This record gives sequence, C-alpha cells and structure tokens, in this order.
Amino acid sequence: MPKVTVDGEEIEVPAGATVLQACELAGKEIPRFCYHERLSIAGNCRMCLVEVKPGPPKPQASCALPAADNQEIRTDTPMVKKAREGVMEFLLINHPLDCPICDQGGECDLQDQAVAYGRGGSRYERENKRAVTEKYMGPLIKTIMTRCIHCTRCVRFSEEIAGVDEIGALYRGEDMQITTYLEQAAAHELSANVIDLCPVGALTSRPYAFEARPWELKRTLSIDVSDAVGANISLHSKGREVMRALPRINDDVNEEWLSDKGRYQVDGLSKRRLDKVFMRKGGKLQPVAWNEAFDAVAAQLGTAKSSIAAVAGDMVDCETMFAAKSLLKACGSTQIEARQTGMTYDVSNIAAVNFNSTLAGIETADAILIVGSHIRWEAALVNARIRKAVKAGAKVFVVGPEWETTYPAEFLGEDLKVLNRVPKALGDAMKAAERPAVILGGAALSKGALAPALKLVDKFGLVKDGWNGFNVLHMSAARMGSLMLGFTVPGGMADIAAKAPKVLLSIGADEMDYEPFADSLKVYIGHHGDRGAHAADIILPAASYAEKDGTYVNTEGRVQFAEKAVFAPGDAREDWTILRALADALGVNVGFDSFTELQGKMIAAVPALGEEGLADYGALPEADANGKAEGTISTYPIADFYLTNPIARASAVMQQCSAELLHADEIKEAAE
Amino acid sequence: MADRTPAPDTPELRERWGSFEWTKANKAKADYHIAKYPEGRQKSAVMPLLDLAQRQVGEETDTQGWLPLPVIEYVAKYIGVPVIRVLEVATFYFMYNMKPVGKYHVQVCGTTPCMLRGSDDIISACKARGMKKGEVSEDGFWTLTEVECMGNCATAPMVQINDDNYEDLTVERLDAVLDALVKGEQPKAGTQEPGRHTSEPSGGPSTLKEMVDANHDYRGEW
Repeated sequence: MPKVTVDGEEIEVPAGATVLQACELAGKEIPRFCYHERLSIAGNCRMCLVEVKPGPPKPQASCALPAADNQEIRTDTPMVKKAREGVMEFLLINHPLDCPICDQGGECDLQDQAVAYGRGGSRYERENKRAVTEKYMGPLIKTIMTRCIHCTRCVRFSEEIAGVDEIGALYRGEDMQITTYLEQAAAHELSANVIDLCPVGALTSRPYAFEARPWELKRTLSIDVSDAVGANISLHSKGREVMRALPRINDDVNEEWLSDKGRYQVDGLSKRRLDKVFMRKGGKLQPVAWNEAFDAVAAQLGTAKSSIAAVAGDMVDCETMFAAKSLLKACGSTQIEARQTGMTYDVSNIAAVNFNSTLAGIETADAILIVGSHIRWEAALVNARIRKAVKAGAKVFVVGPEWETTYPAEFLGEDLKVLNRVPKALGDAMKAAERPAVILGGAALSKGALAPALKLVDKFGLVKDGWNGFNVLHMSAARMGSLMLGFTVPGGMADIAAKAPKVLLSIGADEMDYEPFADSLKVYIGHHGDRGAHAADIILPAASYAEKDGTYVNTEGRVQFAEKAVFAPGDAREDWTILRALADALGVNVGFDSFTELQGKMIAAVPALGEEGLADYGALPEADANGKAEGTISTYPIADFYLTNPIARASAVMQQCSAELLHADEIKEAAE
Repeated sequence: MADRTPAPDTPELRERWGSFEWTKANKAKADYHIAKYPEGRQKSAVMPLLDLAQRQVGEETDTQGWLPLPVIEYVAKYIGVPVIRVLEVATFYFMYNMKPVGKYHVQVCGTTPCMLRGSDDIISACKARGMKKGEVSEDGFWTLTEVECMGNCATAPMVQINDDNYEDLTVERLDAVLDALVKGEQPKAGTQEPGRHTSEPSGGPSTLKEMVDANHDYRGEW
C-alpha cells in the first residue's frame, strides 16, 4: 500500500490506485472529462493535471499515473491552476458555448468545470469555431456534434460495457468526429447510457429534447419495473408528469446503467391511460361511477363470495398483491395467481427459483450455462454482467435458439435433452470451474426444465462454500414478490380457469389469456388501456409504478422500495385503495385502512419484505432423481424487446424503437 | 488538409466492390501479415491489410488504389474486427485514400521548409498541368494532394508520387519527372539534384570529410 502526500496530507492508498484516485481519497476534487470509474483510462482530455514529485517538472495527467510510494502530489499550486485554465481554454476553442439552447445546461460537466476551473475569458475569440455535422444515432440519442470535446467515453462504453462496437472516432486531429458506422442507429439495449456518460451536450436524449431544465425537476427514488432486474432509478417529474427516468448508482444491482426500456418507457405513463371507471354495457365500455361498478361486482358474486379469483400482472408491487390476497381470503377464496402466462413450476422452495449467485456475483462466475434465456432482452443489465465475467475468462454455453450474444458463447442446440447427457465441452468446463453457474430462463421454466436443472447442482457442483451457482432469471418485476407472498396456486392459470370463478380480478394482468374466463365477470384494475382492459367487463383505473409507493423484489430476491413520484391521472386511484373499497362493497373486512397498516400487515405476514436487501430463502431443495429434461426450446418469451409491458406498448418512443431498430427491414419491404 | 470522408455508400459502389476478395497472391500476403501476430491479436494486422487491399484495388483500376467501404468491410470481416474500428484506422492515416485517385497520386509537401524552398511553385506547376487538389484529373493520370511534412526537409522541396519520393525539385525537374511518368518510364527516385546522392549537404560535406570514402576513427583527435 503506497503512502503518498496530497497537498501536504499523508495518506495510504490501495496498491494499483492512480494519482487521481489518491487525490479523491484525500478529499480533493480533480476535474475530469474522459476519466470514468467504470471505463478504461483514456487520458486524452488532460483536465486532471496535477503536480507530482518526483517526476518531470511539468503537470501530469493524474488519471493515467499510478500512485507510487513517497509521491508528493499537489493540486493547489499556481502551476496546477494555470494548467487547468489552459486546458479549459483549449477545450473551449471549438465548443459553441450555446448553453442557453443546450439540453445539458444545468447538468453539464463542461459548464460546471469551466466556472470552477476556467479563466473567465479566451484568447482565441477571433478564431472561427469548428463546426461538425450532426450524426444520426437512432431514435434515442440526439447529437449536436459541434459540442463534442472528444473524451471518447461513448466509444469506450459501447466497446467495453455494451459489447456492441458501433460508435467510433473517425478522422484525426481537429477533424476528429464521433459517429456510428454509416450513421446507423445505435441498436442495443443499453445504448442510451452514453447520454449519461457524455460530459457535454453532444449526446443528449432525443425524446426529452427541450422538455425541461434539471432544476425544474422533482427527483423521486424509484425502481424500474420493465424487467426483473429491479434497476434503481430516479424519476424526474415536473408538475404531474414524469419527464424522464435516470439510473441511480447501486453497485449490487444496476451499477450506474439502465436499459433503454426502463429509461424511455416513461412517456407511456401519460398515454392510453385509464382515467375513468368503465363498465361494459351492451358490448361497449361506458363510463360509470365507482359505486355502480362495485355494486355490479357484488351483485355478480351474490352469496357465493368465494367464487372470486385474482391474477396479478408483471409490474404489480407487493402491497397491491397482499391487499388482493387479503381481499380474497376475506371472501374465502384462495384462487390467486401471478404467473399469468400459465407457468406451473414448483414454488414450494423459493431458493430454487431465485437468482442465487446475485447479480454482482455472476460477474465472478467462470463457467456459465444459460438454459432458455435470451438474456440480452430478458435482462440487459445481467447480460452486461455476464460480459464482464467472460472478459475475465468465463466460458458461456447456451441451450436454446441462437441470439446475438455480446461475448463469445457456444450454442448447444435447442433440445433440452443436453441437460440429461451433458456434452463433453460443457462438462469439462463446468468441472474445471471454481464458480460454475447455471441460469434458467422463462423459456426453460415453461418447458418444465426446473426439476432436471436442479439435478445439475450436484453434477456440476454449483453450490460451494460462499457460492451458489443455481439461478433462475425472471422477466417480471412482480415475480419474486408474488412468490414470497404465496400469490400462486399449484396448477397455475389452468387451476384458476378450472374453478370457473364468477368474478375474475385482473390486477394489471395484460399478458394472460382471457378466453377461458368468458363466463366470468372480468374486473381489470390497472393503468393502461391494453389487452387486459380490452377483455374486461369492468375497468377500475389504478396507479402505475410511478404513482404509488410500493415494495418490489428483484430476480435475485432483493427487496427494494419505490416511492410515489406523481399523482395518477383523472379518477385513477392507488390499487390498494380500490381493493379496500371493493372489500366494503362486498361486505368483508380486510383489516387495513391505510397504506401504513397494509404494509405493516404485509410485513407481519412475510417479514423479509420489511427489510431492504437480499432476502434469505434457505438452501436449495433436493433434486428429484427421476427428473428428465424433455422438449425443445423453439422460441423465447420476449418477441419484441421494446414492447413487453403495457407502459412500453403505450410509449411512442418504444414503438418507434421497435419499428426502427427491430423491424426496419419489414418496413422497408412494405414501402417498396 | 485533404478531405478524409469515405466515398458515399451508393448501390453502384456496392455493386462494383461488394464482391471484393483477395487475389490468390494477396491472400497469401494477407495471411503472412496476420501470422506475424500471436493468436488472439490478429486485429493488429489491420494496417498492412488495408494497404494490401488498397494496392489490389489499385491494380484492378490501374490507379494508386483507394478503399471503398465494401473493401473496408471485407478487411474487417477478414480479421474479425468491428468495421467501425477499421474505418477509424483508415480515416486516420493519410496513406489510405478514401476516394478514388488517379494513376499517380502527387502529394506535394507544403510544410514550412518546403514552402521556403519553393513548394508554392511546385503546386502551381502541378495545377498548370491540370491537376486539382483532391480530384482526379480529366485524363485520369493525376490526383494532387498537399500534405504535411514527409521528413525530407534537407532536400526540400519534395513530392511523393505513389511509392517514391522526388526531392530537390524545381519546376523544370518536376516537369521532367512527370513527363517521364506520362511516357510510362520510371524516373530516378530521390534527389533530382545532379551530383547529389541522398540528403548529404549540397556542395559536398562540410564535416566528417574523412568519412566520405572510408570509415575513419576520429577518437584520437577529440
């Protein structure tokens, strides 16, 4: 551990640290543009200059200089001040200084650092500024390339983190330009993260262009519900509208990235919203009063109160599910199910359907078998983690149809029988691995591969001291929460249908099949006019994830709490209040009158939900020795990454992404 | 500075160059270059391969050669590198032509030493013969580019034409070189000054005179 002196203060820094990191440890702010903690070091902006002794008598770029014993680092000398002023003056020679019309204004590194470290004027005022043409980078990224200062963060991100080499720096010297090949759209699931990385206004958000200034926005801590990763986000709202979603830093979950869907589906929050109570009369949905709708439900049930079932959707919070469960319990029914697409895997032991390695842990795996998961689409951030593992030397095998991986991977075909008789390459890699892992996706679960996959635990030695390599990757933000709450019946949706309930409560369930429930009174409690609302007889408008407090559990069993950012539109109410009012209409008692009471009851029932962090599900179950893997995985559940949930389907941005990035060829053909 | 933007990606360009692949001889050369680098580092061969591709295009079109986008894509695929990485290299180095050039690519150095020794006259002389900067002349023979220092300051002014340098130029000497090229002859490369061999001081050596004919040990005289 080298000992260095920073501005006269002696500190010890970890071996391998850079001078910049040493200065940060000493509490000194070092201005920088190209340096980023999660990217490789480029050293090309020169803003982080400091004075270092021993060494040449000139300023040194601290980001690329290793800290060494007995170094004397100064960040406060006239030489450093002058060097920073000089670099800033150079950077601003060609920068347009169009801050008043720039979307980065107010959250711009260049703006902030020019104020803090610049000299207040330029000696190049008579020089013409370089102008660079705008580059097309797709529907999400807006470019104003004259503002670019060539830090190359975006280039390094797409190469190192996303694994899709598409942004590059062409030409040289003053002519250098950042662009994609032939200005094709940046088409991967993490593309918009370069907007956050850009220290200036060269890459800004296209859907958010000229919408708001950062100081007008209210920030609310929330959780992304577009997939089961549970990325930590902050919702930025202005008035009653969510303007944008940005990732928060959480090294255990999303580091500081966010998938494009989680980031850009928020414009769907103000489109196709259910803001009135509707009831189907003569085949047509008509607006009615709350009471009329409640009375209709009560009338349909009559005295057979237990003939009610509830199905929860993919984005429902734990409190809502607990409220629904309480309501049905009070009615005497146990017909509750959250696996709305009809999956029936065994949930008696939640450890068997959890991502046990943890999201951060999968980075350390050295052999990974993926069964039936298109991870890039099902959990883009987990894919970035696996890429990290591969870069550190892990081998990856995939069972299922081929998809474009962002790392070298061996596809073992679509037949699940390979789990019974393991190919030699896979067996050898797993045997040699110290931290082997298996990841089971939704496509595998629906083919009943859970039991045979559990046999691999012993075969591959997936569970070791401090390591559990058995993982199930879910796609729905509500899934782990619903399993912890016991929001399932053994036979899944088929069981519910077989009971032919008089009333079916659909709580945001838009992916389920409504056909078997033709005779039931279908009550849809949700926020978007999507498939569920189309099938419903009664629509009770509810709140989306941005409009209510709620607990979510991500696929690794991490309990996280999201806060309410804005109010739901029109007559829409928070889900639990609707269920509470319905309880009164049905004449039953659910035992809570406020959100706090509801949450208290829920935590009393499932204590793990009261504690933010990883829930403990105990050990994996014993594998069933007779379990045999059968069948082939011919498709993955997600057909279109950008349109997986009702919010995304309502979002104009997501529709555009889907059309432009995934279906561009079809559109072109149709045009011809 | 020369325009480094790639030639536009048109259907005609795709049709002409879309089926580009190494000739047998060039494939052997390409594999020879790749084999210089250890396993997993094949992408290091990008520069010799781009040069090879440019020369092959040159042979096919009877010019110095250039790099159409489909050819760049072919090279990228050949070494398994994302095409944007190869395009970065190709647009960076001036030895790669991004647009079609003539049979002879006349690169005139215009940096200070050459300018002081009369490179402006050289450029005028080139223009007088119908060359235009960045364009192929009407007869298809010439492309003129003004470049920065080529490291021949001792024999300024100079031009580089395809693979050869012609130094110590005057307008007359340049005309002689260009005339020879038009006739299909190969003029003497290097300095054009009579009596001068390479870049030794003009008018004979002024120091180390004993070294002219044979090696001489100066150490006793220090």
